[in-house]
Amino acid sequence: MDNKVMKEMTFMGYKRPDGRVGIRNKILILPTSVCASDTTRIIAGQVEGAVTFNNQNGCSQIPADQQLTMDVMAGYAANPNVYGTVVISLGCEGCQMDLVLDAIKERTNKPIAHYVIQENGGTISTIEKAVRDARQMAMDASLVQKEQFPISELIVGTECGGSDPTSGLAANVLIGEISDRMVEVGGTSILSETTEFIGAEHILAKRGKDERVSERIYQIVHDYEKAISMVGAEIREGNPSPGNKTGGLTTLEEKSLGCIHKGGHSPVNEVYDYGKDVDRNMGLVIMDTPGNDPSSIAGMVAGGSQICLFSTGRGTPTGNPICPVIKITGNRETYANMEDNLDIDASPYIYGKKTLEQLGDELLLEMKEVADGKLTKAEALGYTEMAIARVCNYM
Amino acid sequence: MNEVITNAMIIDERDTVAVAVEPVEAGSKLVWIGKDGEAKEVTALSNIPIYHKFAIKDMSKGDFVVKYGEHIGLAGADIKIGEHVHVQNVEDHREEL
Repeated sequence: MDNKVMKEMTFMGYKRPDGRVGIRNKILILPTSVCASDTTRIIAGQVEGAVTFNNQNGCSQIPADQQLTMDVMAGYAANPNVYGTVVISLGCEGCQMDLVLDAIKERTNKPIAHYVIQENGGTISTIEKAVRDARQMAMDASLVQKEQFPISELIVGTECGGSDPTSGLAANVLIGEISDRMVEVGGTSILSETTEFIGAEHILAKRGKDERVSERIYQIVHDYEKAISMVGAEIREGNPSPGNKTGGLTTLEEKSLGCIHKGGHSPVNEVYDYGKDVDRNMGLVIMDTPGNDPSSIAGMVAGGSQICLFSTGRGTPTGNPICPVIKITGNRETYANMEDNLDIDASPYIYGKKTLEQLGDELLLEMKEVADGKLTKAEALGYTEMAIARVCNYM
Repeated sequence: MNEVITNAMIIDERDTVAVAVEPVEAGSKLVWIGKDGEAKEVTALSNIPIYHKFAIKDMSKGDFVVKYGEHIGLAGADIKIGEHVHVQNVEDHREEL
């Protein structure tokens, strides 16, 4: 597919009042802390199209961790795959209702309702009120008509997990191809997982669009290593692992190059902190996230990613409550073994049966179909696990 | 796309190593499709385990070993085309930051 065809590629999405475009139409039942999470589970179970997650955080956190939690909560509510949000708090947690509402309103003007369990007669009464609001939102959401938008409206999150040697040979290379194409047509692609830049940060830094961006790339790697070292751990040491070496990886540079291949070959235009709002039409950008998949994806979804490309060697069921995750493997045995969980087989590239361009076209068409509404395997199976990054133990 | 049976692949045209995608015994041919679309082959000088690297260019001790179009380390010894490239003949090097 040439560039012109891709530039004219469109999808049918949902225009939000804040101007962004979503590819799903979810009602988010948002728990502001662990103490509201069972309540949101019950509310979401009552309403068609409602989603929630088990928020382990939101209380007893140091300020830096509370900020990460706030950013993910506000970003999820603002993500354009969400029509509207019902916020539920217990009442005495660190992430107080007014703080959460302010953080959401800073990012979006979409519909919002909120209930504090301690001020509404306990969980049963809160559930009743919240279900009524969520029910109304679900019905209102169903009236939103899909419209046609250029593919460049998408902010594509990229992730790798359960990697094996084929990840660096095919799946990450294929994601990099899509990343480069998104950049060419004026969309946005996010390269994540700071821990996996280590060893190749100088190569990434050379791709920074200016000195400030290059400096930021070194900085997030340095800060990450420093945070890990404060609890007596070290990332470079013992990496590549003995298992990596048996698998054929010789140096840390080589291992990291395989990971950062998801970002293709484009210049890096910006570095975003975890969960912060990512601008549209930015080309290739980096988000400072952990290598841990569910929390890395959560950071990008909070940043506004409507769709995520995920490469895996061993195979994983990973999904997300509001963002479709397309899973790709370069390992043909894994694809055969876990086809129920994996969307794309990139292994023909390894065996010379398909070119990168052919596979790129296939993945791009899959992305368009998923943007149009086709369920990914993870969505069809109801996989929504997620996590929020932290730097410290609870207090 | 191609009728040639390959047992190896190359990632970037600048690379000095390619990767076996099947286990290949010493003396056998390693075959891959080059970035120009043409089939290439070399003879394996040693056993190459699956997903391990072999040299597609002669390298002298101290030369950069290139994969993904980037430096992944330095040749720790002279390396001949077809030779297994791994921890025994590659040295880690930290580029100045």
